Amino acid sequence: MAPAPEIRVAINSEQDIVLARQKGRARAIELGFSSGDATLIATAISELARNIVAYARKGRITLNVVNGLNRHGISVTASDDGPGITDIRQALRDGFSTSGSLGLGLPGVRRLMDEFEITSQPGRGTTVVVKKWRH
Amino acid sequence: MEVPILKQGDYLIATFQAALSDADLNQLRSGLIQQVVKLRSRGVLVDVTAMDVMDSFASRTLREIAHMIRLRGAETVIVGIQPEVAFAMVQLGLTLEDVTTALDLEEGLAYLNEKFKNTH
Repeated sequence: MAPAPEIRVAINSEQDIVLARQKGRARAIELGFSSGDATLIATAISELARNIVAYARKGRITLNVVNGLNRHGISVTASDDGPGITDIRQALRDGFSTSGSLGLGLPGVRRLMDEFEITSQPGRGTTVVVKKWRH
Repeated sequence: MEVPILKQGDYLIATFQAALSDADLNQLRSGLIQQVVKLRSRGVLVDVTAMDVMDSFASRTLREIAHMIRLRGAETVIVGIQPEVAFAMVQLGLTLEDVTTALDLEEGLAYLNEKFKNTH
């Protein structure tokens, strides 16, 4: 398969959340994911984009194709230059929220996807990379 | 994208489209509660068959709608959650807790009719 170009969606308002998850679903289907997996991916994108809007106001979602040894999949990168997360372990705990509404976000996203990576620097921003492999 | 709210006898029916933004959901919440008050509706059916993603915000809004309408003495039934959407919701840790759900509009209507059959 020819390497597909990456797709970037700027997240500047809650309207962009819908756009990002639509693009994510379309890309997942193009890559051969089942409709059920595409729903999981689109839902994860929705939550990640929502975190950007809630905590950092602005950021971006980037979709890429990832290739493993005998498999390929999709990666979703959500990055922002927001306030960052001081205590990542706490943010990954079910039920934790500092915005008063989003306690399910990160642990839920981790369950929706196969791989989950987060880096954050207080004052510099947060980047979350999640991957799902085609089964 | 606005959600149409139809009146059918004592009930209201709201049909969700696929790409609802947070603003659309908020608008639906206030629109529904206003209509329930104005029309003295007994029941509300929210049809989410077309929704392809139910994230934390959407499910919290649905729960709020159901709870607000219950405080008015009316009943809400969420109908048509797709199996894939239900799976994603469970993975994400979302529940609709004490909100009534039904397979489709027909079953939702049957539920409301059964509930209110002795009160007319």
